[in-house]
Amino acid sequence: MCLAIPAKVIRVDGASALVTIEDVEYQASLLLLDDVKPGDYIMLHAGFAIEKVDAEEAAETLRLLNEVADNSFQ
Amino acid sequence: MQYLDEYRKKDLILALAEELKQVSKQEFTLMEVCGGHTMAIHRFGLPALLPPTIRLLSGPGCPVCVSSQHFLDTAIAYSKIPGSVITTYGDLIRVPGSVSSLEKEKANGRDIRIIYSVLEAVEMARANPDKNIIFLGIGFETTAPATAAAIVEAHKANLPNFFVLSAHKVMPPVMQALVMEGVKIDGFIAPGHVSAITGTAIYNDLAKLHRLGVVITGFEPVDLMLAILMLVRQLESGSPKVEIQYKRVVHSDGNKIAQDLLSKVFEMKDDTWRGLGVIPGSGLKIRDEFAIHDAEKHFDVVVPEPADPKGCICGAILRGLKTPKQCPLFARVCTPSDPVGACMVSGEGTCATYYKYRS
Repeated sequence: MCLAIPAKVIRVDGASALVTIEDVEYQASLLLLDDVKPGDYIMLHAGFAIEKVDAEEAAETLRLLNEVADNSFQ
Repeated sequence: MQYLDEYRKKDLILALAEELKQVSKQEFTLMEVCGGHTMAIHRFGLPALLPPTIRLLSGPGCPVCVSSQHFLDTAIAYSKIPGSVITTYGDLIRVPGSVSSLEKEKANGRDIRIIYSVLEAVEMARANPDKNIIFLGIGFETTAPATAAAIVEAHKANLPNFFVLSAHKVMPPVMQALVMEGVKIDGFIAPGHVSAITGTAIYNDLAKLHRLGVVITGFEPVDLMLAILMLVRQLESGSPKVEIQYKRVVHSDGNKIAQDLLSKVFEMKDDTWRGLGVIPGSGLKIRDEFAIHDAEKHFDVVVPEPADPKGCICGAILRGLKTPKQCPLFARVCTPSDPVGACMVSGEGTCATYYKYRS
């Protein structure tokens, strides 16, 4: 039930957005999230966008992980 | 898939497992309280990668599993009222009530429909003014805001035939209750999407008062391994605190719009968690302002006394005190296709997970 999936915003139509997950289209209600633009990634849960995916934080997490990987294989 | 594949990379998972082996000296018990985490941990075989010093417990993280029999029996009773349409998320359809299940009642001809978004139920109410559309509201803080938004929309659109039977619950009281009960937990792998809504402040007491580590975690194997590493580092250095591993989605303030909707539509109540009993202040009840959409205030039904199935130890399992293997019914009498207790019915339940991934 906690499952939410990252989905890419294609188009915003007022209180809802057209999003895609691997080219499959879904409707995401924007009643819980504002300031959403095409190109953004949102977390889709039970038909609602509940949060945006922060690209910078995602990159930072990966950087941290790669550091651990580099250290561990030394 | 963007934002998923990178967090499933095998070399990263193994590197984290290696780092954990280096860092982990003392024995610690970590509990996750989210069905999504239970599934991910077992699906990706993570327990086998952990050093023997780290023990993982599954707590009451499956909202379907902890929905009381009374809730199911009430929904079933509503389905028998002429003109009513029961709308529900799919996971509830096979959960056994005292005598029957929604699936069985559907087979008996009751109008029970599985929906993906609660807004579909609002649409149904709009399109069918002669029917009473009753939505079964289950889920924690990740899902309750959607129900709140739907109630506000139905109210605005003047749809007196849209109802919600709320079994929504919130996490912090049950996490506290487990700790106060004395369940041995050193740290929590905290639910990522609940926290995306609530923000991090709800866990402060656990860290400050109870000295437990709390790491808010994503759902991919790399997220989980990194979170476990973060917890172990905290505990090894004697500095338990609240940290966010899932930074790409969770920020410390959470989702303010969702939080405001929750407090606008719901208030706290004492609630019954299947297998755990009554946990004070853990349930969400629809406020009087929106009573017109509260199924409990509108429909009067007779519901059987709850009957706990013999031999079922879901209660102990939900507390992390026993594992499914210790249940006499597990995989013998109680299976996913023929579930006895709720832990087996929901795909995210501890027993269903163990059954699926047992070697």
